[in-house]
Amino acid sequence: VVAKQYLPFIIVGAVGILTMTSGAVLYRAKRPPVLTLTSDRSATANEGNGSVHIRGPADAPVTLEEFGDFQCPPCGILAGPIKQLETDYPQSLRVIFHHFPLITHQHAQKAACAAESAGLQGKFWEMHDVIYREQSQWSKAPDVQPLFNAYAGILGMNIERFQQDMNSDKVKARVDADQKHATSLGVQTTPTIFINNRAVDPAKLSPDNLRAAVDTAVRTSALGKNPAEKQSAK
Amino acid sequence: MIASRARIFLYSFAALIALAGLTDATYLTVQYLTGETAVCGGSPDCFKVLGSAYAHIGRIPVASLGVLAYFSAFSFATFAAFDYARARKLFVWLVWAMFLATLWFLFVQTFLLHAFCRYCLFSAAIVFLLTGLVVASPTSD
Repeated sequence: VVAKQYLPFIIVGAVGILTMTSGAVLYRAKRPPVLTLTSDRSATANEGNGSVHIRGPADAPVTLEEFGDFQCPPCGILAGPIKQLETDYPQSLRVIFHHFPLITHQHAQKAACAAESAGLQGKFWEMHDVIYREQSQWSKAPDVQPLFNAYAGILGMNIERFQQDMNSDKVKARVDADQKHATSLGVQTTPTIFINNRAVDPAKLSPDNLRAAVDTAVRTSALGKNPAEKQSAK
Repeated sequence: MIASRARIFLYSFAALIALAGLTDATYLTVQYLTGETAVCGGSPDCFKVLGSAYAHIGRIPVASLGVLAYFSAFSFATFAAFDYARARKLFVWLVWAMFLATLWFLFVQTFLLHAFCRYCLFSAAIVFLLTGLVVASPTSD
């Protein structure tokens, strides 16, 4: 009788402990590793050969490096706030973009090729901004080519050349190279964002948190205490 | 005697169903906390719902409230199966509260987000099942 009296307490207690334990185990298993770029693997190591898309001053103390997928909604959500940060910190911040089109997104690869083709006409960032801004439109389209052609036209590009470049091996190889680079760094999701070579926790990838992280990096750099330098010093 | 056995069976079944909901809500909470719902490449279906402004209250993920609710439902159902009269009342009140919350979440997914998350729909199915059990339970309770 006494055992039966305590049985519901034992059952409820056991389930409570089991829930917390399994939650903690799952959290540890699913939590992405904190990625760090070493100086030889960061984009800055390759910037001399022109294969990296960089916007902002070369001597900016803060570098925001994004591995993005143009069809990924969270990437689209962050595109505007990142542009605003560039406007707010014209001397302190530079932005680097790498392609990481996910296979789950139907048009992501083509969008990456469109941006690269625009890059061949010197309009990578303009196309990058348009593609992100218009993401909700072209993402749902069965055929994205006419829309990308229209964007190229609006940006004053040679549409025929743009279309040819989009299907060229050179452009595809460029996107593939970015993807391989990302994979070798351990990037699995988009957006993956590094600020001064340290990845931002995916759980903190809201526009507000990103601004706070950049604000902190800019303030720290102004004090001459670059967290990346401190990290490598350790 | 028969009513008592039926009650034990009913609340034991309800406890098992609540356990399934608890597993679902725990998984969603972990997804939220690891940031998987805020990026692409993790769970392809659900980030539109779980990454939306409706998925958290301040810094607290709604899924964690689901963990609390399902754990409470499980606890009340277990105690009710062991003939605790107060637990039966609490279970009924809790299930009705969960039912109302589920209606709100279905409204949000259907009319505000125009997107559905299968884990949320699974949770809704569980709450509907629990509500059905509460409605079907003997009125003497």
